[in-house]
Amino acid sequence: MNLESIPLQAFLIVSSALFCIGIWGLLNSRNAVRVLMSIELMLNAVNINLMAFSSYVDNNLIQGQVFTIFVITVAAAEAAVGLAILLSLYRNRVTVDMESFNLLKW
Amino acid sequence: MSIAITTQFICFIVLSLVVIIGALGVVLLESIVYSAFLLGGVFMSVAGLYLLLNASFVAAAQVLVYVGAVNVLIIFAIMLVNKKEDLKPINDIKSRRVISTSICLTLLSLLIRVDLTNVWSLSSPQSSIGDESTIRIGEHLFSDYLLPFEVASVLLLMAMIGAIVLARRDVMSKDISTGLPVDQELIEKSSEPLLTNKN
Repeated sequence: MNLESIPLQAFLIVSSALFCIGIWGLLNSRNAVRVLMSIELMLNAVNINLMAFSSYVDNNLIQGQVFTIFVITVAAAEAAVGLAILLSLYRNRVTVDMESFNLLKW
Repeated sequence: MSIAITTQFICFIVLSLVVIIGALGVVLLESIVYSAFLLGGVFMSVAGLYLLLNASFVAAAQVLVYVGAVNVLIIFAIMLVNKKEDLKPINDIKSRRVISTSICLTLLSLLIRVDLTNVWSLSSPQSSIGDESTIRIGEHLFSDYLLPFEVASVLLLMAMIGAIVLARRDVMSKDISTGLPVDQELIEKSSEPLLTNKN
């Protein structure tokens, strides 16, 4: 096997695995902080995808890198607001268990 | 990139293993503090993957924003809400685990199949701009992506104000609804919590 560079598919597989791990954590975590961490993992998987495509498919006008910058910005805002919501929830319910946040369920 | 191809492969394999195993640790470990520090490791390895893709500016932004800001924020949140509590057992937890795991594995196999079977229209590596990517990003941000750039700044301002409003304690000395003096602790122990189950 004589390759000139790392294949694009390797990056895509890593990002797919990271995304699925993030979804698993999002569905199965009972701690609300861990749910936020899983969301960050999924955003990072999307970023790896964007960066790989920008480097392999569009390596002259690197628009994927600009998109990654915007995704990082939105992720920072999401983390700040999410943790603020978590703190105010904890102040009212005295728990971070996801199973106890069911006021809107029925 | 001016690194030999063998070195690139070794770096890629090590970084990918750290990303995948670290992410598994983030979702599987019992202790939430270990998860937070492993998350920092995952973010650093993702920055290393960006360096392998010739994107030094985005790698630096990743380290600054994710490891420096988001991860520290998560650790602060853990320190604020880290109370030992025995979780109520869920009776159908087994079937829930099985269903969610099978959904995730199906999605993973679907994604990997798409990754491997699709024919990507790769551009030639000779036209790679390499180290000029930072200049190119700056040109993009101030020409054709100017409106999203400004909207992102407004979004950050809104997120900052929203986070302050949501997370601050009450600045009034009396509760509006009950007239009782407001407890300035993190947890309002004396007053009835606002959102309790009605059952």
